[in-house]
Formats: sequence, C-alpha cells, structure tokens
Amino acid sequence: MKTARLKRFAICFAVVISATLLVPTMQVSAMHIMEGYLAPGWCISWGVLCIPFVLLGFFSIKKKVNASSKNLTLLAMCGAFAFVLSALKLPSVTGSCSHPTGVGLGAILFGPTAMSLIGVIILLFQAILLAHGGITTLGANTFSMGIVGPIVSFGIFKLSKKLGAKSGLAVFLAAFLGDLMTYVTTSVQLALAYPDSTGGIAVSLVKFMGIFATTQLPLAICEGLLTVVIYNVLVKYNSKELHDLSAI
Amino acid sequence: MKLWKKNLILIIAVIVIIAAPLLFIKGAEFAGADNLAKEQITKLNPDYKPWFESPIVPASAEIESLLFALQAAIGAGIVGFVLGRITSNKPDSEIQK
Repeated sequence: MKTARLKRFAICFAVVISATLLVPTMQVSAMHIMEGYLAPGWCISWGVLCIPFVLLGFFSIKKKVNASSKNLTLLAMCGAFAFVLSALKLPSVTGSCSHPTGVGLGAILFGPTAMSLIGVIILLFQAILLAHGGITTLGANTFSMGIVGPIVSFGIFKLSKKLGAKSGLAVFLAAFLGDLMTYVTTSVQLALAYPDSTGGIAVSLVKFMGIFATTQLPLAICEGLLTVVIYNVLVKYNSKELHDLSAI
Repeated sequence: MKLWKKNLILIIAVIVIIAAPLLFIKGAEFAGADNLAKEQITKLNPDYKPWFESPIVPASAEIESLLFALQAAIGAGIVGFVLGRITSNKPDSEIQK
C-alpha cells in the first residue's frame, strides 16, 4: 500500500517536472485498458461484439489448416510473432512506453478473423498471468487488438495491392496502420466510457488520442518494418503457400 | 539487393527508431505506466472506482519482467524455429529453375 502511494507520488512528481521542463510530453502510456477500468456495461457490450469474430476465426483457422499442414506452421509463427511483439514495451517519443501488437502479419496471411482468436489467447495470457490488460476488459481489448487492428491490416493490404503497390510497401502500410488503429480504437473506447465533464466525448477523445496515437506512431513504424522483414523471408522461401493464401 | 542485406537495413532502422527517444528525450521517465493511464481516467472522472482487480498480480517488478521476458522468449523461439525450418529449404526461385 505504502509503495503504491509512493509510486503514485513519484509519478505525479515526474509528470509535473516533465510538464514544466520539457515540451508538453504526456506521461500517459498507450496500452491495453486496465482491469476494472471499464464499467460492466461496456465490458459486456464489447465482449458480446467480439464473440462472432472469434468464432469465425476458429472456423477460418480450421479450414486453412485442413487445406495444408504447412499453414499450421505458418499460423504458429504468426501467433508467435504477435506474442513476442506484444511482450516488448518500447520507449517512444512521448517519453513513455507502449508495445506493438504484431497482429498485422497474421491478418495479411490468414485473414482478420484468424487473428481475433489469436488476439484473445495473447490477451488472456497477459491478463491472467501478468495483470496486464484485464479479464473484465478482455472484450474491449480484443475488439481493438484482435478485430479492428487485423481488419484494418487486411483491408489496407488488399487495397494497396489493388492500387498496384509493391508487396513490401503494402505489408508495411498494413501492419503500420493496423497497429495505429488498434490504439485509436482504445482511445475511442476510453473516450466513450469517460466523456469529459464539460466537452463530452469529443474532448475526451482528443485527450486520449493525443496520448495514444503519438506514443504509438514510432512503434507502429517499427512493427511495419519488422513485419516486412518476416514477409520478405516468406516470399523467398514460401511463395507457393503465400500464393495459396492469396497473400502475395 | 540480397535478402539478408535488405532485412538487415530494416532491422537497423527499427533499432534506431527505438533508441532515438532514449538518447534524445532527456528526463523522461519511460514509465511502463498503465498506472498513468489510470490517472487520466481519474482526472476525467474523479469518482470512478475500479470494480474488479486482477486475481493474480506478479509479486514484484522483477517477477513481472520475468513473465514478460518469458512471453517474448516463447514467441521468439517459435518464430526462430519456423523461420529456420523454412529457410533450410531451397528458395522457391531455385526450385523453379
């Protein structure tokens, strides 16, 4: 209890110092919504909204794994890639830390719903063992990281390809924007739940976006670049599988 | 350009982007700060009380970083294993020849 209070004091102190000494760098980090910080109504609504996507993901994975056993290995790698990236809390230009999501790669290869299921698994691991994110906020976090992010990645990849972009660029944009939109979604979720007392949801959204989007920007670029690294290897050695998954 | 050169450049770019804030933003806390997001919420809604708490909380910051490292290690292990298997085959371009 005492350490918690001390920590809070230290944090407040740091905020004041940095606010006065530095350019207005916000000290709030961008990560999943914390346990207990979303009212039950929101938790249930977001949770229910996620169910169809996760179910679709289950069947989509089953179908693709049945089609070729090599897909299982690729899927395992996509899941593991998201597992690594979401464990790495990286420093950002705002002076606070956040972590990438890593779901873009899987969304490009296996479609958005497959990553919904994988997203739930990762978030459950972090919520139960690490007290990062939360069980009550699992629905909201799944919606941002497992549904919106992958859908954006998948859509951007297809769109870029259609517009004639090179695969590398398409993959970069897909992973970059998917990562960014995940945290934009988190901001929207928080703004909806915590409207500003005078300015309402819009003002609150601007506040959360200012924090979340700017922190995430360089990290999303990194995620984009790393996704291209893996994708390059797959193109060289696994182009047949990528072709069958229509991800090339 | 060779694949490994292309990827090396990309990885160096990632390292630069991550290291830059550490070098150039002086005095920042780089707090892992989920706690700080809570403060923002408390500012917007001072009466809000979290209604649920994590049943298992890592015993200390060390244990927490152990678990995060474990998560990254498991993920990196699988990624490395699969990439190793994939790249032990001949590249598709050579097979076609």
